[in-house]
Amino acid sequence: MKFAIQVNEGPYQHQATDSAYQFTKAALEAGHEIMRIFFYHDGVNNGTNLTTPPQDDRNIVSRWSELGKQYDLDMVVCVAAAQRRGIVDEGEMQRNGKDAQNIAEGFRISGLGQLIEAGIQSERLVVFGD
Amino acid sequence: MSILHTVNKSPFEKSSMDSCLAYVKAGSAVLMYEDGIYGAIKGTAVAEKISASDGVKFYVLGPDLKARGVAEDKIVDGIEIVDYAKFVSLAAENDKVQAWV
Repeated sequence: MKFAIQVNEGPYQHQATDSAYQFTKAALEAGHEIMRIFFYHDGVNNGTNLTTPPQDDRNIVSRWSELGKQYDLDMVVCVAAAQRRGIVDEGEMQRNGKDAQNIAEGFRISGLGQLIEAGIQSERLVVFGD
Repeated sequence: MSILHTVNKSPFEKSSMDSCLAYVKAGSAVLMYEDGIYGAIKGTAVAEKISASDGVKFYVLGPDLKARGVAEDKIVDGIEIVDYAKFVSLAAENDKVQAWV
């Protein structure tokens, strides 16, 4: 079955991002398709490569990147939410005159249309948030 | 039309479980996870409402029970304890997933 996932909370703030990861992993292991993961609101903080959690703690950001690489996932960060919270890729850096970028591997920044499209094209949209 | 309702808030803190129970129809399913698992404990007012919901299947996520130190024998009879794989199958088996966040 074709799933889409929406994540509304940031890492280390609320269990939503852990639940979303565990659900996504279980769905992929069961042979389902995850057509997109959309990171919205504080969920965009899942896509910064500047986090350095303690070595004995789970690394939520790189855990997403690794899963994305393994299954070729489309992990989309909402652009308006990202601009507010300082999540920047090459294009956003140039457009907004910033001197750095921090988008984590496997993530891309795009618009809310990607969430609507995911809702239409997937068979189930599963939302994780507070 | 069967719906999987997911509740991730304690019913003793937020009203999302109450809202869910007011809308859920026979033939649908309710999964309690994260802090929502507190709604599955025996001997509370919420437990009575769950037992009174005819034709609704209730599930609780095992890993979230374990994370909060809630033993399986504390769970209301008839509520099925599930893992993430079963969470995924419930989402697939039902026609829609409604998150009561």
